[in-house]
Amino acid sequence: MSPRVRALAGFGITAVLLFAVAPLLLGDFRLGLLAKYLCFAIVAVGIGLAWGRGGMLALGQGVFFGLGGYAMAMHLKLADAGPGNLPDFMTLYGQLDALPWWWVPFQNPIFALLATVLLPMTVALLLGLLIFRRRVRGAYFAILSQALAAAFAILLIGQQGTTGGTNGLTDIRGFFGYDLNDPVNRRMIYFIVAVALLAMLGITWQLMRSRYGELLVAVRDGEERVRFLGYDPANVKLVAYVVAAGMAGLAGALFVPAVGIISPALIGVVPSIEFVIGVAVGGRASLAGPALGAIAVAWAKTALSERVPSAWTYFEGLLFVLPIVFLPGGIASLVSLVRRRRAAAPPPAVDQRPPLVREGAA
Amino acid sequence: MSLIVSQLFSGVSIGAVLLLIALGLALTFGQMNVINMAHGEFIMAGAYTVYVLQQSISSAGASLLIALPVSFAVAGLMGILLEVLLIRRLYARPLDTLLVTWGVSLILQQAARDIFGAPNVQTRAPELLTGSVRITEDIVIASSRLFILGLALAAVAALTIVLKTTSLGRRIRAVVQNRDLAAVSGLATGRVDRLTFFIGSGLAGIAGVALTLIGPIGPAMGTNIIVNAFLVVVVGGIGQLKGTVIVAFVLGILQSMVEYTTTVSVASVIVFVAIVAFLQWRPQGLFTLRTRSLA
Amino acid sequence: MTGLSVRDLRVVFDGFVAVGGVDLEVPEGDVRFVIGPNGAGKTTLVDAITGLVRATGHVAFDGQDLLGRKVHRIARLGIGRTFQTAAVFEELTVLQNLDIAAGWSRKPWSLLRTRRSIPAEVEKAMETVRLSAVRDQLAGTLAHGQKQWLEIGMLLVQDARLLLLDEPVAGMSQSERDATGDLLGELSRDRTVLVIEHDMDFLRRYARTVTVMHAGKVLSEGSVTEVQADPRVQEVYLGRGAS
Repeated sequence: MSPRVRALAGFGITAVLLFAVAPLLLGDFRLGLLAKYLCFAIVAVGIGLAWGRGGMLALGQGVFFGLGGYAMAMHLKLADAGPGNLPDFMTLYGQLDALPWWWVPFQNPIFALLATVLLPMTVALLLGLLIFRRRVRGAYFAILSQALAAAFAILLIGQQGTTGGTNGLTDIRGFFGYDLNDPVNRRMIYFIVAVALLAMLGITWQLMRSRYGELLVAVRDGEERVRFLGYDPANVKLVAYVVAAGMAGLAGALFVPAVGIISPALIGVVPSIEFVIGVAVGGRASLAGPALGAIAVAWAKTALSERVPSAWTYFEGLLFVLPIVFLPGGIASLVSLVRRRRAAAPPPAVDQRPPLVREGAA
Repeated sequence: MSLIVSQLFSGVSIGAVLLLIALGLALTFGQMNVINMAHGEFIMAGAYTVYVLQQSISSAGASLLIALPVSFAVAGLMGILLEVLLIRRLYARPLDTLLVTWGVSLILQQAARDIFGAPNVQTRAPELLTGSVRITEDIVIASSRLFILGLALAAVAALTIVLKTTSLGRRIRAVVQNRDLAAVSGLATGRVDRLTFFIGSGLAGIAGVALTLIGPIGPAMGTNIIVNAFLVVVVGGIGQLKGTVIVAFVLGILQSMVEYTTTVSVASVIVFVAIVAFLQWRPQGLFTLRTRSLA
Repeated sequence: MTGLSVRDLRVVFDGFVAVGGVDLEVPEGDVRFVIGPNGAGKTTLVDAITGLVRATGHVAFDGQDLLGRKVHRIARLGIGRTFQTAAVFEELTVLQNLDIAAGWSRKPWSLLRTRRSIPAEVEKAMETVRLSAVRDQLAGTLAHGQKQWLEIGMLLVQDARLLLLDEPVAGMSQSERDATGDLLGELSRDRTVLVIEHDMDFLRRYARTVTVMHAGKVLSEGSVTEVQADPRVQEVYLGRGAS
């Protein structure tokens, strides 16, 4: 099978699993959980691109997830409250008599929808421009992105009156006119999330197999070398980082109707680094690995912490340690190892002669 | 005027805490390029050591004095264990070290919860350190803060002496500057790495002792401060201690000043923006060792 | 004015003078070898020309000033280099390596598409450096000499007018050296070639002109015989190397 056919087959099978098998087998509650896992998978697909292919260990994706989530939740809270009314938590804390100015544009559904993706992308663009151009990279980049997540979470917590503080934005009841308490509408949300995941996988697939994808790997492995070939690596990295931020924003926006809440606890340092673990387990540089890893880790978290909460933390700790130390390519590297073994054709004969001179260079 | 001065002192005191935490990182991250996210849990281990010692030693002053070397040893040995078991396999993959040690930190936190319970615990401070010192009419400084400042400066002095004058220090610097050459010239680089890690982690233990004087001890105490401490080392520049020292105090003062004029939550964002702006000017940090390497 | 022109070039690292006032003229079509003992400043000279380290003085190629420009801007003026340790993208195939080298001028939109066919210049360079048979092999799996040819191949598709080669034949067998030397001669017809090399035998056979550097300065310059006859050169370098 050519890689192209194999990829199309993979997409087909994934679509059948997401659109037919899962809705038939899972009850409403489990399907809702799966919708949440798929949101995490969308974030993971972006991290796979930025980290696995681009070498940028983005430890602050929670910020972009949060920007998307808050943009969506702000609009839904305003819609729930009805025109002219303040969202419930604002009246509860009772310090405000008018909507803060930066809430106002989110009354417009189009603005809010665009903002869920464009706001995180803009923030990533600005930050990326500043730090990639100055060649801040590797561990420095990872630590800065983590500091961004810390600062953002602290900012949200501090603004209790306008962001809901530690509680975040909760009790979201409607989604563009659809009642989220109705199981049918919750199924619809699941399908929207599934379509979004497939679309993001498609975009990432194209990016990875394009010339840009090859260039991104080259920048990951030899940023300076790429410079000597006439490219500015900052721009190459910027594209992957901004795309990953957009995906995290989309995931956050879909998370809100799927789960009904967005809060600082979902976007700070700890959740941001948790986004990465599924990517590492599944295989950072592969296409499907990050998504499958994220779903598997999220599922394991629900399953384990329902029974023995402390066991989950130990297990999560080991998830960070064992696969990364002993299987840096993740589960995906096992798959490709098997595939290579099966197709154990002899390697192509190496041309041992020295370079042609007379014919070639003339 | 006195207000500014008292904010300044408060900033210096924040800076002293940051410095104590970042000093160990300056060694493990700055000199060895290892990002140890479990550093915060070594701090926690140092703090719980004080708690455990106080169960059997009734005098708070004596227990604090005994805790300083014991915490250093406890955290240092944990560091050696981590280096030998995991980090040694990952020297070529610094970013992976970050994730692996984060996993270790999760495990250590949960272990602390299972051993000492999830709620925070309290230790007793020696009487000498519970009062405050009146500098002028309006400026009063808690004596515990002064003690931490003294401890941080003593730690910097001790570390500088070790690095500059002892043969261990010379070996550490040799390995940092050229690992291959050091190995070829017969230096046991593995042993130097373990010793560096012992000292760096041990300093986390000392920081843990200091933190018992100003706040509660709990399983999550390490996570909250570790990110800022790493920022100090990044902004200070790696390979040299003076950058870490200066930046710890500057960030502490900045934090305190901005917090006073705005709020804690806005201050965290402003400090982040200031750091990104600073890196536009000095992307490698305040002080760097310039080398010709392509990386 | 074609070719490379360097005047009063200085590079200082934290007080250490790596290159202290170098003047160099390499006309188009020349194959200039730069030799000198370790620490003479040869690689730093190339680093300064390509923008990797900050330098003062004056560097121009084909009339364009180079100093002060960013590395990738200098590369776009047609200046290509190789490195002491072959720097190829090991996780990419031979074909992908060459394709990237050919591509900085591609439009962003075309970068987002998949490569449909092999560009002619890539095909030709692959033939020239004899890597067509291994085009789909990862560059990391190539033999040492093949990696060095791949780097030269990347310079070819990059269409560099000035080639700066840092020890291109280190670790090669005799026949590989000969082939590389012949290739350099061919390439220099419409290009300017500057080679840093330690191998004296290779130098005698393929250098047209030689510059000897010592302690950050140019010690001697001329044809191979002229340089070999220079007593100062014999003292610091060739004298020891030849005996």
